[in-house]
Amino acid sequence: MKKQVSLSQEYLKGIWENNPILIQLLGLCPTLAVTVSAINGLAMGLAASFVLVMSSLLISSIRKTIPGQVRIASFIVIIATFVTIVDLVMKAKFPDLSKALGPFIPLIVVNCVILGRQEAFASKNNPGRAFLDAIGMGTGFTLALVVLGSIREIIGSRTIFSLQVLPDQFEPWLIMILPAGAFLTLGLLLGLSNMYTDRKKRIEHESIIAHYKRVGREELIEELEVK
Amino acid sequence: MNKVVQMLLALTGIGIISGGLLAMVDGWADPLIAANKKAETEAAIFRVQPEGKNYEALNNAGFEVYKVKNKNADEIGYALVYEGNGFQGKIRLMCGLSKDLEKILALEVLEQVETPGLGTKVTETPFTNQFKKLETSPNINWVKGIPPSKPNEIQAVTGATISSKSVVAIINNGIKQMKKLRDAGGLK
Repeated sequence: MKKQVSLSQEYLKGIWENNPILIQLLGLCPTLAVTVSAINGLAMGLAASFVLVMSSLLISSIRKTIPGQVRIASFIVIIATFVTIVDLVMKAKFPDLSKALGPFIPLIVVNCVILGRQEAFASKNNPGRAFLDAIGMGTGFTLALVVLGSIREIIGSRTIFSLQVLPDQFEPWLIMILPAGAFLTLGLLLGLSNMYTDRKKRIEHESIIAHYKRVGREELIEELEVK
Repeated sequence: MNKVVQMLLALTGIGIISGGLLAMVDGWADPLIAANKKAETEAAIFRVQPEGKNYEALNNAGFEVYKVKNKNADEIGYALVYEGNGFQGKIRLMCGLSKDLEKILALEVLEQVETPGLGTKVTETPFTNQFKKLETSPNINWVKGIPPSKPNEIQAVTGATISSKSVVAIINNGIKQMKKLRDAGGLK
């Protein structure tokens, strides 16, 4: 039987508990490459989210007409179409941003967050749920990219969204805007998020044990049976 | 057999719809992209030739070069676009040249993939301003660690010597081509 998940949970899971970058560790190539500044992270996140939402919607509404054997090929063609649209629109309307992101916009085609969501979710659920899931995952992806980009921009070039936040006396750490800085920042972020999750889990376990000690075995079984 | 037909139909259908959609978007975006590119080139030309008001491309040069005129429609020089190898990839730059090709007016790096924070300093004004009024004969030279003493010398950026050297080499090559072109009468 399929587990029933509430609609809000469908959206929220992408932001924290199943965050595409911090938990699933998907789509790391663009994540590491473009997050030299907060604005780049935001643009990359929004572009990928747009593609994710549009392809999820489309694929989940035509999921029954695509034969299983060619589903991956169809997904890729659909994703590539949306990516090319984003690429053209950015080149036409935001040439500076498009220059900064360089080849990483066309590379959204092979971003595994997007293909992963199509295969794991959109091809098995109705368009409404697929839409919520895609928006959630997109939000999570964008947030993670902006945080990563902000940290690297603050330490690497003293600014955030091009606004200076650290005084001139602070010597920017060049390594933070080089590829190595991306690995360092991402590693520390992952460590922090794991630490938080672990602690939450431990507190939960401890509260269950404390509850058990308080009420004793029989009552606990009764309680669970009522549930 | 039925399955094969269904597969073919699905992929063909998706392909046709995608293709049509992209053709439409491209039709809308293409003129805008071309306009952006043109505006960008134009802005760069007037930055390297501050007195320029008008320009025309020299189409038979074999490389990208623009003849720039001032507000009295007198020829004041050229805007030369030239590229070559940098530290990690191609550097493409534009430099404003006086009419006799003996002086550089200004330099602008258009495209580069140098190391962020080090090689990218060659795009910043402390480095590019050194090229203002720089003499081009017989060659532009670079020095390291000491201030330039001759009118055709610039100081390389510390930590980005290769990028600095590359910029100088690209300009030297470009000017050599320009002089060759002038001797062949191609600048008329």
